[in-house]
Formats: sequence, C-alpha cells, structure tokens
Amino acid sequence: MTKDIIVKAVDVTKLYGPFTALDKVSLEIAKGEVCCIIGPSGSGKSTFLRCINQLEKMNSGAIWVNDELVGYRREGNNLHEINDADMARQRRRVGMVFQRFNLFPHMTALENVMEGPVQVLKEPVAEVRKRAEDILARVGLSDKISHYPSQLSGGQQQRVAIARAMCMRPDLILFDEPTSALDPELVSEVLDVMKDLAASGMTMIVVTHELGFARNVANTVAFMEAGKMVEIGPASEVLTSPKSPRTAEFIKAVHS
Amino acid sequence: MSTADVTSSTNDQKYEIAHLKLVPKRHIGRMIAAAIVLLILAAIVRAFSVGQIEWSYVRDFLFAPAILDGLKSTLIMTVAAMGLGIILGVVIAIMRVSGNPVLSSIAIGYVWIFRGAPALLQLMIWFNLALIFPTMGIPGLFEFRTVDIMTPFVAAMLGLGISQGAYTSEVVRSGLLSVDSGQYEAARAIGMTQFKMLRRIVLPQAMRVMVPPIGNEVIGMVKLTSLASVIQYSEILHNAQIIYFANTRVLELLLVACFWYLVVVTLLSIGQYYIERYFGRGSKSITASM
Ligand SMILES: Nc1ncnc2c1ncn2[C@@H]1O[C@H](COP(=O)(O)OP(=O)(O)OP(=O)(O)O)[C@@H](O)[C@H]1O
Ligand SMILES: [Mg+2]
Repeated sequence: MTKDIIVKAVDVTKLYGPFTALDKVSLEIAKGEVCCIIGPSGSGKSTFLRCINQLEKMNSGAIWVNDELVGYRREGNNLHEINDADMARQRRRVGMVFQRFNLFPHMTALENVMEGPVQVLKEPVAEVRKRAEDILARVGLSDKISHYPSQLSGGQQQRVAIARAMCMRPDLILFDEPTSALDPELVSEVLDVMKDLAASGMTMIVVTHELGFARNVANTVAFMEAGKMVEIGPASEVLTSPKSPRTAEFIKAVHS
Repeated sequence: MSTADVTSSTNDQKYEIAHLKLVPKRHIGRMIAAAIVLLILAAIVRAFSVGQIEWSYVRDFLFAPAILDGLKSTLIMTVAAMGLGIILGVVIAIMRVSGNPVLSSIAIGYVWIFRGAPALLQLMIWFNLALIFPTMGIPGLFEFRTVDIMTPFVAAMLGLGISQGAYTSEVVRSGLLSVDSGQYEAARAIGMTQFKMLRRIVLPQAMRVMVPPIGNEVIGMVKLTSLASVIQYSEILHNAQIIYFANTRVLELLLVACFWYLVVVTLLSIGQYYIERYFGRGSKSITASM
C-alpha cells in the first residue's frame, strides 16, 4: 500500500439478518482527496460510512485507515476483535458529521468543540480553547461560541458539528448527508464551510445528494446501489459521462 | 350573544360594547369547595386544641437534645442509604443496558429480589445476620464477629440502601433510555470510551429526566428511615418513642417528630427545584408550559 492512502476498504460486506446491506464494497481514498458517495435511499451509503469508524461491525472484508487495520488485530492467521479502548483510539483519527448534527445539548458551542481534544486527547485546556475559538471563527460562528445548540439554527448547529470534528485534527472526516436535514436557504452556508475545509487539504468522504457540490469540490464520485459499489471514478467523468446506465438514470432523476 | 342575533340584527348599537366592564367568570363551585375545606380544617384545628393534647409538651420537646440528635441521625441515614442506593442504582442500570448477558442477568435478578422483599424485612434480616453467620470475612485473610459490625446503623444503611438501589436503577435506566442514540454515536465518533461516554455525555443528559423521580425517592427515604427505629437505630422517631415511653405524652411527641419531617421535606423540595434548573440548562423549556 502506498504511503498516502488514507482509507482502503476491501470487499466490505454487512448483513442485517438475511438482508445484505453492503455487498463487497471496495474503495481507496488518497490523502487530501474528497470523495462523494451518491446513490438512492437504502443503497447502503450510511452503513458504509459507519463501518469505516466502527459504528457498525462488518461481517466480512477489511478496512484500513492510515494503514492501520480497523477493528481487528492480526495474530498469525487469525483476526482478533480489538477492545473498547483500542476502538476508541482508532476513532480519534476519524471525524464524523451526522445528518442530524448530534451536538451535545448540555454544552455550549465552544464546549462541544473542546470536548474531544480535552477529554479524549487530554490536550491542555488553554491550548484547545484557543484552537476551538479559531475554528469556530473559521466556520463563521465567533459570536455564537457560548450559545447552547438549542439556541442555534440548523445550519449553525451543523457548522459547530463540523468544527467539533475539525478540532480533533483527524486524518479523515466522514459526512453523512450533512445538509439533508437543513432548510434550503441554510444548505449553502454549510457547503461553503465544507468547500473551505476541502481546500485546506482535509481528506473527506461525503455522502450527499448535492450533485453541484460533488461536481465542484469532489475529486472522486462513487455511485452505490442496493449495497453495491456500481461505479467509482473521477468526479467529472462519473457525473457527466457515467459508464453505468444506472448511474446515468440516477443523476438524471436527481437533476429533474 | 348568539350568532343568530348578529346576523339577523341591523341595529349598530349592539356592537358598541367596547366600553363595558369585563366581569370574570364566577367559579361558584370552587368557592363552595373552598368554603367546605376551610370548615373542615377549622373543625380539625378545634378538635386538636380542645383534645387532650398538652401543647406545652410539643413546644418543650421540639428542640429537646434527644429530638435534635434523632433528627441528625435521620439526616445521616437518609444521606448514607440514599447515597448507597444511587450508586447501586447507577451501577445496576448500566449493567442492565450493557448488552452483556451475564451482567444484565445479574441486574435483573437484583431488582427482582430487592424490590420484591419489603424494606422492613430486609432491614431485620441484615440486623439479625449474626444468627446464621456468626462470623464473616475471607478465610485465612481476616474474620470478625458479625454482631460487631452489624450495628443498627450498618444494618439500616444496607437494608434501606440496597432496596433503594433496586428502585433507583429503574429510574436511572429510564434516564439512559431517554438519551437519543445520536448522542451515543457522536460520543463514540470523537473517540470516547464506553465509560467516558456515560460520564460526560449520557448521564448528564439523563439527569434531566432522573432528577424529579430521584428527588421523590430522597423524600421517601427521609420517611423510610423511621423503619430503622425497629432495630434500635436512634433516629428521630425512635428517640420520640423513648421519651413517650417515659412520660406517656404519645401524641405530643409524634407531632414533634412529624413537624421535623415536614421541615426536612420542605427544604429538600426547594433544593430539588435548583438541581432541576441546573440539569435543565441548554434545554429550551425549563418549566413545562401549561
Ligand atoms: N439496524 C438495521 N437493521 C436492519 N436493516 C438496516 C439497519 N440499518 C440499515 N438497514 C438497512 O440497510 C440498508 C442500507 O441502509 P443505509 O442507511 O446505509 O442506506 P442509505 O444509502 O444511507 O440511505 P439514505 O439515503 O436513505 O440515508 C437499508 O435498506 C436499511 O433498511
Ligand atoms: Mg443514510
């Protein structure tokens, strides 16, 4: 594996009882790359993201983040499940932004952003506060740092959630439909923050229905359907001249 | 004014009523009910004042050292038993939802036994443990006589605390269930371990749901400590009894004890209000709007 591959997934399969949610999904993302995953509802996009940071346990296949096998430790010819502490350690390298924000409601915006670095990474409070304030300023929320999530609009909450992921200084941030819970006029403020983040060199995997964002920002676009990775390639190719007729159909349907 | 009047009439005068005085609805029923309640209260007060109660005894014993000592013991037992109950409640609730079949079976068994047996009976079992286990300890390491450690205080604390833990664990569990699953995921996603997630993210949010019923249980515990009088723990009721066995002023001393229970419960209710307000921070409505 070359050095600057951040995520490598090989034949990831996930079953829910008899139902196959992910069917041998493979993917490779290089450092600094932005990959958008598109596809119809129920195609397994969220499930795949959640496997990358171990919110779901896969049934077979393997994922490496930064060349470290996710969730397992190899001993001879066996893969042993890692324990809670090791799993937590691996997750620190991967940020996640959720569709429904999931900010901690009992903490202010600043406390939400500081929580991980202070409590998990055990960094000095003063240093983290400085960095958290800078990041909140970067996402345009300097004047809201002492607001509780309930006092913020959806777009502002999602920007705090992105700041919370950034402040951990992860190798990779996963976005699961970050704008689909937002009113239309709030979508662009969140996409602008993500665009800015991509420009700064952050590696990102973004599940989204915003094809405009995919076209302008993504390097790679992947199309998933019924648990399978149907097509993956450079954004311009997949979005303008897809190889698979299913991809073409989907893109046409979203645009209409 | 009925709709028919409005539509059928052409008389403009009847719309000129803006200057009339607004008379609030008269709640005749409420007034009658209040009057009846006042009458009954007056009758009760009169009965007590003409009854065979020597109010001077009530006044004299209100601040008697034995009563105040008893009050102190009641408060200490409330804190000790409730503290034990909350610790056990949190541990048992976490075991119950842990997803580990061994731990959750233990938790279910615990709640079944200690919620099932009457608290008074559990107290007496602890107190009389020496009858079946004359000595306790780990063989070869240490050993002591059960009667030496099963003092009334220890027996009461264990009996009340352990049975309280069974109730409190259900309160804590409902608190844990009230926290959105997205909160668990967000906590994991920033790399928290299971323990840190519970302590920093889940329990503080669960507290908002848990505080009112736990406040209720603390108040219940203040009164439940009176059970300890049967095993000679000198809490307030026990001391009041000792006094009235000597001077036969039974009701006077019971009223003294009753007074102090009401004082303590009133103070606790006020404390609960502030604790609720603290854990409600960040949530939109602190008091339910009705
Ligand atoms: N816990 C679960 N138990 C059973 N089936 C599940 C579970 N979670 C997801 N699924 C199924 O797995 C499939 C993939 O779900 P997933 O959430 O990954 O889809 P998605 O592509 O993210 O869809 P959407 O665009 O609607 O978010 C769906 O058919 C869903 O019903
Ligand atoms: Mg999804």
